[in-house]
Amino acid sequence: MIRLSGIERVFRVGDEAVHALRGATLDINDGEYLSLMGPSGSGKSTLLNLIGLLDRPSAGRYELDGRDVTDLDDDELSRVRREHIGFVFQFFHLVPRLTAGENIELPMVLAGIAPEERRQRLARLLAEYGLQERAKHRPDQLSGGQCQRVAIARAMSMGPGVILADEPTGNLDRHTGQDVMAVLERVHEAGGTLVVVTHDGEIGARARRRLRMIDGEIVSDERN
Amino acid sequence: MRSADTLEFAWRVVRGSPGRTLLILLAMSIGVAAVVAVSSIGEGARLYVVNQFGSLGTHLVIVLPGRSETAGAMPGVLIGKTPRDLTLDDALALKRSHAIRRLAPLIVGAGDVHVGARRRETPVLGSTAELMAIRSMAMAQGQFLPSGDPRHSQPVCVIGAKVADELFAGRRALGEWLRIGDRRFRVVGVLASQGQSLGFNTDEIVIVPLAAAQALFNTEALFRVLVEAKSREQIAIAKSDIEDILRERHDGKRDVTVITQDAVLATFDRILRALTLAVGGLAAISLAVAGILIMNVMLISVTQRRGEIGLLKALGATGGNIRAMFFAEAALLALGGAALGLAAGKLGQLVFGQLYPSIPFTPPWWAVIAAPLTAVLTAVLFSVAPARRAARLDPVRALSKR
Ligand SMILES: Nc1ncnc2c1ncn2[C@@H]1O[C@H](COP(=O)(O)OP(=O)(O)OP(=O)(O)O)[C@@H](O)[C@H]1O
Ligand SMILES: [Mg+2]
Repeated sequence: MIRLSGIERVFRVGDEAVHALRGATLDINDGEYLSLMGPSGSGKSTLLNLIGLLDRPSAGRYELDGRDVTDLDDDELSRVRREHIGFVFQFFHLVPRLTAGENIELPMVLAGIAPEERRQRLARLLAEYGLQERAKHRPDQLSGGQCQRVAIARAMSMGPGVILADEPTGNLDRHTGQDVMAVLERVHEAGGTLVVVTHDGEIGARARRRLRMIDGEIVSDERN
Repeated sequence: MRSADTLEFAWRVVRGSPGRTLLILLAMSIGVAAVVAVSSIGEGARLYVVNQFGSLGTHLVIVLPGRSETAGAMPGVLIGKTPRDLTLDDALALKRSHAIRRLAPLIVGAGDVHVGARRRETPVLGSTAELMAIRSMAMAQGQFLPSGDPRHSQPVCVIGAKVADELFAGRRALGEWLRIGDRRFRVVGVLASQGQSLGFNTDEIVIVPLAAAQALFNTEALFRVLVEAKSREQIAIAKSDIEDILRERHDGKRDVTVITQDAVLATFDRILRALTLAVGGLAAISLAVAGILIMNVMLISVTQRRGEIGLLKALGATGGNIRAMFFAEAALLALGGAALGLAAGKLGQLVFGQLYPSIPFTPPWWAVIAAPLTAVLTAVLFSVAPARRAARLDPVRALSKR
């Protein structure tokens, strides 16, 4: 359960203040599938980063699973993020010198999980995302769609309740994009919360709940 | 994050950019090699001097009459008042000391040596059979002075090669008789050429039994007593024994000077040790330079790897995880550099050893430990700033930069 109330985010650029978020209030229930759309610069990424605890609000309150996470210090944020949140990015952000398997393993390595346990979980993830053949390949030997699959598997490796995807198909052709969306939606079908930021109306429409942002404010919240 | 995983991660980074890694390894290894090579040259010089003194007979203790304030100075530069004589009985009394292996009393004078019409003025040494062993003398022909009671003497002598040549003009000297003053001596041995010994050229001296010299020069007073201690460790005991015995015999007066070559050697030893330490320290500056290089390369690497660091944070890495990765990277580079440096230093030592085989080049133990330790410490120390910068990186901005 994600509960945002009155979230503000102000960036200072020189002596100018940029209001990226103006009093965003939003509840997301466990297992919901949301899309977040809106024009460029409307604050979608900023909101997603706040939900993902990569950033802190300038004002307002954030509760995650009933716990106030607004004022946690950096290391606590890291630990909460590690356990509860998985990120998928537009540019995949795979570590180029590591193989696909090692990239998927990375969050488990950072969390200090024992190698034996990691190996088992990795085998399961590779099977689940159809990447067995690619485990030993480096990112530059993979297609964009495969890279994003690796990134999704990586986001899922710690079994987080929430997956946040910022324009996950922005760098892929239509067909591959739809493939990747299908993979992401499997997460949601398995009971996870999924938030997808996108510019593509067709992809946005796949979500059961659709948010629209303009100028740092959530202007519409539709569901079917 | 587990330490093994941190190391593994750092290892991948190190392997991932070979150019950068080679550069740092080179700088580090030059620093370590410099410390090891330079200090092993210093230590080699020190050991060389110690060994040279050793071959001269380091166990040697010299007793001379008169109290000198310039302890440790070489004999012959003494300023003292007219002392009580040092006698043969004094010398023989020294044999009580268990720290003394052998001793040779010595009388020195100038003698008018002649064989028939040929004559020559030479230094004449009066001593005992043991002088040969104490001064490591060697014979070219015949034998040295016979051993026996030093109070009684046989009319025999040992002569230097040049003396033999001049007096016997190519004839065989061995077994012939010569005169010193109005006394006759039979030549029982000719000395092998040895160069300078005790300030005399051994080619140009005549050695006679002590009692004969006492009669020749009409004196009981010894010029020196040469004493050989049983071992290097016993030198100090021998010295204090000598002082005690002679004070007792001289009515409680400290009127002799006891000189050990060890005192001189110890001074050399100290100076060379300090010198080695100093040049080693100077070489260690190159380690600091390597440290600064590491810092700069790491700072560049933080900038280059912003995206990756941001990603690691997004994946749940704490600031501590990130710092540990950078420290591990620095430590790996430093250890690699230190290993290479030790190898290079060893190689340099071997090369120097080939060039100057007489000097025992060996790095002192402290350099072998201190150099790699300093390398790792400087590397980790100088990577504190880059590591902290990386750990403080804002993940959102780091990730958005593409
Ligand atoms: N680090 C920052 N410093 C200053 N201004 C920022 C920063 N990050 C975002 N902004 C500003 O905040 C506003 C919202 O940015 P954000 O990236 O959330 O938009 P977005 O909706 O994700 O846009 P896009 O669709 O182009 O990704 C923009 O005006 C942007 O310029
Ligand atoms: Mg955005």
